[in-house]
Amino acid sequence: MSERVAVIGVGWSGYRPVSPELSYKELMYEAAVKAYADAGVDPRTEVDSFVSVAEDFIEGTSIFDEYVPDQLGAALKPVHTIPGDGLHGLATGVMLVKTGQAHVVAVEAHSKASNVLSLPEITAYAQDPVLNRPLKLNSEFIAGLEMHRYMHETGTSLEQCAAVAVKNKRNALNNPLAAYGANWILDDALNGPQLAWPLIKSQASDHADGAIVVVLASETRAKVLSDRPVWVLGAGWCNGAPSLESREWGTVPYITKAADMAYRQAGIDNPKEAIKFAEVDDTYAYKELMHLEALGLCGRGEAGSLTEEGMTKTDGKLPVNASGGSLGMGHLLDASGMSRALEVVLQLRGNAGDRQLAEVDIGLAQSWRGVPTTSGAVVILAN
Amino acid sequence: MTSKIKNFPGTPLSESDFTEGKVLSIHDEMRPQFAWDTGIGIGSYLAALKEGYLLGSHCKTCEKTVIPPRTVCEWCFDPMDSYVRLEDTGTINTFSLCYVTWDVQRITEPELPAVIEIDGASPLHGILHKLGEVKPEDIHIGMKVQAVWKPAEEREGAITDILYFKPIKEAGS
Amino acid sequence: MGMRKVAVVGAGMTRFVRRALETPKELAWQATRMALNSCEMTLDDIDAVCMGTAPDAFDSVHMKGEYLSDGAGAWGKPYMRSYVGGGTGVFAPIQGWYHVASGMFDTCLVVCEEKMSSYFPHAQAAFNTIFDHTTERALLPNLLWIFALEMNRYMNAYGISKEDIARVAVKNKRNAADHPCALLGDPDITVDDVLNSELLAWPVNRLDVSPVSDGAVTIVLAAEEVAKRITDKPIWIQGVGWSLDTAYWANRDLAYPTYVEYAARMAYEMAGVKEPRKEINIVEPYDPFDYKECHHLEGLQLADKGGAPQLVADGVTLRTGNMPVCPSGGLLGVGNPIAAAGLMKVAELFWQLRGEAGARQVPGQPKRGLAQAWGDLMQVGTVVIMGTEPGGEVAR
Ligand SMILES: [Zn+2]
Repeated sequence: MSERVAVIGVGWSGYRPVSPELSYKELMYEAAVKAYADAGVDPRTEVDSFVSVAEDFIEGTSIFDEYVPDQLGAALKPVHTIPGDGLHGLATGVMLVKTGQAHVVAVEAHSKASNVLSLPEITAYAQDPVLNRPLKLNSEFIAGLEMHRYMHETGTSLEQCAAVAVKNKRNALNNPLAAYGANWILDDALNGPQLAWPLIKSQASDHADGAIVVVLASETRAKVLSDRPVWVLGAGWCNGAPSLESREWGTVPYITKAADMAYRQAGIDNPKEAIKFAEVDDTYAYKELMHLEALGLCGRGEAGSLTEEGMTKTDGKLPVNASGGSLGMGHLLDASGMSRALEVVLQLRGNAGDRQLAEVDIGLAQSWRGVPTTSGAVVILAN
Repeated sequence: MTSKIKNFPGTPLSESDFTEGKVLSIHDEMRPQFAWDTGIGIGSYLAALKEGYLLGSHCKTCEKTVIPPRTVCEWCFDPMDSYVRLEDTGTINTFSLCYVTWDVQRITEPELPAVIEIDGASPLHGILHKLGEVKPEDIHIGMKVQAVWKPAEEREGAITDILYFKPIKEAGS
Repeated sequence: MGMRKVAVVGAGMTRFVRRALETPKELAWQATRMALNSCEMTLDDIDAVCMGTAPDAFDSVHMKGEYLSDGAGAWGKPYMRSYVGGGTGVFAPIQGWYHVASGMFDTCLVVCEEKMSSYFPHAQAAFNTIFDHTTERALLPNLLWIFALEMNRYMNAYGISKEDIARVAVKNKRNAADHPCALLGDPDITVDDVLNSELLAWPVNRLDVSPVSDGAVTIVLAAEEVAKRITDKPIWIQGVGWSLDTAYWANRDLAYPTYVEYAARMAYEMAGVKEPRKEINIVEPYDPFDYKECHHLEGLQLADKGGAPQLVADGVTLRTGNMPVCPSGGLLGVGNPIAAAGLMKVAELFWQLRGEAGARQVPGQPKRGLAQAWGDLMQVGTVVIMGTEPGGEVAR
């Protein structure tokens, strides 16, 4: 029950703004085939349990798990869905392996965001039905409220937030998976239409389609199946206040708690020293800064200036979102966290191509489920 | 422990609590909209329906022909890339006489949903559709049926391009 | 390395009602508070929270798990929702089991909540969206269809009559008359009442069907060392199993639930149960429709194929019979707030195995029980086996 857990295979399809040539099942299949080939396992005989993350209203189908098994090779197998982020799914896979009852587990996450024609309408229905939704505000007002309070409490500037967007857009140019890479300068991230002041559209990520499958294994099986396992040192997750009326607006304590849980499992006392690179949620540019601080990777109120100084660039002390993040790759809805775990795995294996970071042996992936939630997860991976 | 507890939480309401305004409530209607990509497998199926025939796919490993067509066989996980034109006839696997619509309106003439095993597909491989041109009391499991199609110019590449399945007069009857 | 043992140490539930005054969050809170009180624990003692709740469409709340989190006691805690449609109510305790059995948590709340009455005018319409959006939904299918199609196939395959099946509804609604939370308990109901009730979708009549309901159930799970400190009567989770069949439901025989068999075999193996018919003392199979109880007993290997109705007719499945089935009153009697109804079955086993089920108590000090749920497009089986002893090594 205390066996270590490894990532032994990864596969992906995407990411792109639209994917009309494939159904969601075919998108998932493409990622699954690659992951099983990478892991060297036959899903019909060698995978013990399957986890998919999905939300009904994003799929446009009630009880979406109905449509999960076939394209994952999981028919008549233990399958369940987690309505959470991909990292929640990954943490679930880790727990299943640690019980000792499952030895190999496949975890899937996908986005067919292009098929959802009324995403703002759906997100509005995640607001409290009695207290908030009747006000008929686009849910992005919640990000505006949070960003304003965060800037107010920490002195973070709009330019510092813009520096995040510029960095991530440029990083994405080196990532063949990324849908929204661009050679931006600061002005590009400071101009353009407002979403919910102080949030500008250019500092918010656009959506993309894609699917990712990760195969996990127990230490015993990993040593047989893989010559380069990537170990899951820790997985943490936490929920804060769901209601808008009782949450802290300038901080994200649930991310700190999720990180503390993961650090504790990994035996990490000083994350600033231990974590060599990070893939953190940047649904909005300011969130990357907030999240870096909540993760303890820099001090409170420091993330903005450190970003301006280049600490989080690919050649900096702590590269952040070398993948391009959601701003550069495209926001993959609940597959976003999984795309970050994938990037950490590729970097640790030395398979990250033009964006390969030098000498990295331990990385962190973090997710946030977007407005209006206070739900996030953290996974720490190492060679 | 239940045997010790006398008062369980939970407060039942009646219709009159609402009609008489004793309990306030908010009415709201969600309007989500989607445009699902049909992809390769189902895209081919819909294209065939528009042309007026049923399409399946065949797995060489399992030696199975399935409908609707799909790009992967769920049983062996091999790709399925061979498409097969099937008959528009079949056999009733099971059926119901349904006196309630999907949104719970009572009706006096029942809807006639059925699973129809399609000729040319492997045994037990069928689709969900409705029956028509038949008296409810005459329907039975094992009955042979045939698709009744919309006129070609009205077909749009949807499952509703088949109006319903009707009984085939059995030989000698 | 032995598996970490997990026990149920507390349980609570709300009444199951047609339409509750309480909001979904409040229902979750009420059941959770009652469960914590039952084992003299507080939220501070809880390491993680698992949520089970079925389609978001009932409440039209997107990300319903997030919305329910504070009601379920998850504020500031690791919290996840698991989901396998109607199978969720018995899956959520499996989720709780793996939280604790993994060694990551010592205690865990499992909360299941459902408020179906929010959907206007009738929750059933929400089920239209469970069908394939491209190949089926345009036919305007109805949830009743799949039950009616499956029931007809089952009856036809084994020559079973509607009378045979109606006895299940009678048994469960009579049992429910002894459940203080029940919506449809009726000590005097007869087979004729069921057969003469309104025909909804032949072969399904109104009293063959469980009612839409509002309600919540919570159980508290703990690892072995903690459980023994909390209570001298922990009820152990001995085995869990789940299986999900292909989505192409019209491509398989509906007469037999293979996925339930696979889920059961997984759970039996883990629990060390070799002869289920002798070793399972109480069964709480999923009974949203009366024929489903029979169907599931067969999938669970507790009856021969097509043989379950005879067990019912012979009284074997009565509360006083050799194999009591749905002594709680089941979904047909207690009510069917989807996920909460499944977890109600697990709570019932907890109370029965501790000898605390009051008027519903099964005689003979039962040692082991099985709860099962089912869902999706006639597709998923979820199974939990619980007992008064910790695990597979139970003396037989
Ligand atoms: Zn095959």
